[in-house]
Amino acid sequence: MNKHYTEGEPIRDTKAPAGPIEERWEKRKFSAKLVNPANKRKMHVIVVGTGLAGGSAAATLGELGYNVTSFCYQDSPRRAHSIAAQGGINAAKNYRGDGDSIYRLFYDTVKGGDFRARESNVYRLAQVSVNIIDQAVAQGVPFAREYGGLLDTRSFGGAQVSRTFYARGQTGQQLLLGAYQALERQIAAGTVKMNTRHEMLDVIVSDGRARGVIVRDMVTGEIERHLADAVVLATGGYGNVFFLSTNAKGCNTTAIWRAHRRGAMFANPCYTQIHPTCIPVSGDYQSKLTLMSESLRNDGRVWVPVKAGDTRPASEIPEEERDYYLERIYPAFGNLVPRDIASRAAKNVCDEGRGVGPGGLGVYLDFADAIRRLGREAVEKKYGNLFEMYERITGEDPYSQPMRIYPAVHYTMGGLWVDYDLQSTIPGLFVVGEANFSDHGANRLGASALMQGLADGYFVLPTTIGDYLANGPYGEVDDGAVAEAEAAVQSKIERLLSVNGTRTADSYHRELGKLMWDYCGMERTEESLRKALERIPELREEFWQNVKVSGTADELNQALERAGRVADFFDLAELMCIDALHRTESCGGHFRAESQDADGEALRDDENFAYVAAWEYGEQGPVLHKEALEYEYVKMSQRSYK
Amino acid sequence: MNLTLKVWRQKGPQDKGRMVTYRVEDVSPDMSFLEMLDVLNERLILEGDDPIAFDHDCREGICGMCGMVINGVAHGEQVATTTCQLHMRHFEDDAVITIEPWRAAPFPVVKDLVVDRSAFDRIIQAGGFISVPAGSAPDAHSVPVKKVDADAAFDAATCIGCGACVAACPNGSASLFTAAKITHLSLLPQGQPERDSRARAMVEQMDAEGFGGCTNTGECTAVCPKGIPLDTIAQMNRDYLRASK
Repeated sequence: MNKHYTEGEPIRDTKAPAGPIEERWEKRKFSAKLVNPANKRKMHVIVVGTGLAGGSAAATLGELGYNVTSFCYQDSPRRAHSIAAQGGINAAKNYRGDGDSIYRLFYDTVKGGDFRARESNVYRLAQVSVNIIDQAVAQGVPFAREYGGLLDTRSFGGAQVSRTFYARGQTGQQLLLGAYQALERQIAAGTVKMNTRHEMLDVIVSDGRARGVIVRDMVTGEIERHLADAVVLATGGYGNVFFLSTNAKGCNTTAIWRAHRRGAMFANPCYTQIHPTCIPVSGDYQSKLTLMSESLRNDGRVWVPVKAGDTRPASEIPEEERDYYLERIYPAFGNLVPRDIASRAAKNVCDEGRGVGPGGLGVYLDFADAIRRLGREAVEKKYGNLFEMYERITGEDPYSQPMRIYPAVHYTMGGLWVDYDLQSTIPGLFVVGEANFSDHGANRLGASALMQGLADGYFVLPTTIGDYLANGPYGEVDDGAVAEAEAAVQSKIERLLSVNGTRTADSYHRELGKLMWDYCGMERTEESLRKALERIPELREEFWQNVKVSGTADELNQALERAGRVADFFDLAELMCIDALHRTESCGGHFRAESQDADGEALRDDENFAYVAAWEYGEQGPVLHKEALEYEYVKMSQRSYK
Repeated sequence: MNLTLKVWRQKGPQDKGRMVTYRVEDVSPDMSFLEMLDVLNERLILEGDDPIAFDHDCREGICGMCGMVINGVAHGEQVATTTCQLHMRHFEDDAVITIEPWRAAPFPVVKDLVVDRSAFDRIIQAGGFISVPAGSAPDAHSVPVKKVDADAAFDAATCIGCGACVAACPNGSASLFTAAKITHLSLLPQGQPERDSRARAMVEQMDAEGFGGCTNTGECTAVCPKGIPLDTIAQMNRDYLRASK
């Protein structure tokens, strides 16, 4: 049997301090060396990406006095895809007095992640969550408020307390603008130098340490080298490997994949999150999928017809012929079960032929009860912008007929492996936000991505990177390493432009995405993954022989940008499938059909798989390093939301 | 549907630029406007032509990256809709559609439909923030905010910085954009300490970038995909006057 990989040494030290869990972060903060304020401005840090994690990190490092250079591929740092997060941000404030606490948020997150996240990291995340809300409010983030002037909260999937702070359906936008404004303040102050419309294409590793990046100026095409004392990647997730996802069109894996090629281990690449409430695909030309906030599940009820093949319009299906399947199967959590469970349940009812809409790939999300109970006005206040968005895209009015929704790729829990300090296996290369793998285990809870991005950027990284920098300086950067990285980037671009074949990069990307969705999507089997692992290298080969990229390297060339990203998606897709194949258990967002209980729920195999799979790049195939996961506080158990 | 597109093509900032006509066939009414352009671009690439460069990213109406003047209207004729959220079902079969970039001196064309909006970032740099370093904030509940103020601040804060207001304004004014941020922050208690300096600095930066003045035409709010209200400009003017006393 071709195993596709070899196994290396386990990872034994994640650098988390020992002792009681609630004291670990305090301990680490105190043990971290400080940099003399006068020396900070001599220390140069590169931050790539300006979403919640990168924007807040660059701003905070600038405030601390470091000399920061920031890059983003968009025309302004305000546009990073964190901006599209709708529902909210979790924090253990317990402003409601409903029994929330740091411990409970920690517990919910570990359980929600299906016991595949590190306890130390998650506890720290829950601790820091309260500071994030304070910080955002002080910046002027206009969270929803009650008439008494205090902050409003709502419930979200996977939790039984109301701990999600929100700004209508635009929480990500408001939080990102808060971070963006803090960043612009630092740009004005001269501590941060911003480079927009720049794409990172490689990391410079000199003497074993990350010392800079190679970027392409996307307007002039110029390849630039930027050197620094440390590099921070905040370049987001890789959901676009599926072509269709809720990610922005520009989201890509190139930065983290290039870092992986240079020695950063990639952890749990197969953990992808399929979000249950997205607008279904309408045709072959579809360029992306749009998510409808999970908060809709607070008041909307999910159902399909009881009978398979029922094509009557929703309004003509009487109550007793509707199956509110989430409420039926999971009475305790009902429509608020975690995302992975809601998504798979939708897939199951559609597989039974009970799906609704074109192609039977949809389920209803119905607000009729909520409108009766609360009145249309109240529903409009809560969800108005989401309803409008739905109507704009589908041409249907969700006030008078139920929405149709279907799961779509939304978030990737996997990412570059980092230790407790958020440092990758390349010293000096730090990874924050969705780009790392750290806190969500095998499944992320709703409203936790914003929390993690900002926790990393505002509070964790600024401390831990200081410790790394204080231990420097790390000497001159090797010219040879810089030249080699630059040459590698140049040659890849030239190669892409010289193929001059007959298919566009997008058409390959679409085919790769479909293959990944079919074989490494919501449900994976040994057979499907082996098929994918056969097909991906063939398709990649064809891509390199037959792709057509028009234009030249020294101009704004969007065809070239896309082709470069697709090339890296091929390599990543292969690693995802290898990871998914090796993990024969089901956990969180990773559902192996071979591993399920009698009710069709994901069945973990803690004896054999309670570890982080960290993959090292190898010319002869990837090398697996296991980091054992231990649970001292939350007892490992099969998740139950029934 | 079959369509005729007249699209602004411009190789770079120095090129004079011109309208070029393209025929696009078999367009589905469920396609978004950008998906229709994707289809055309795929064809152009295969024909060895330069695809039409346009900015876009989230394609769900929130990042503010996309923006084209469609049939003379910024983001097209659908109310409160970004270009990426505009769908082809709003066009007639055999329609002729003109597509142009934002046109304003402070937004120079980079290529085709792509313009440089960095002037907006510099307006924010001048003062569009509250100075609060990470870690220094008091408890979020220490300062209650009236719900009406929080809601109004939110309404102003929903600006996505797309620049349609500038493109639509006969004066090329950035007043709506600047006023949205000034209003957002000046309605909140947290924004008070820097309220005067913020209004002064942002207005002065807006002028320095070469944007025109506001003559209350209201085209800006009419095309704004987020419906930023015109009275934010009154708020900006009040704050500016207050600060200039």
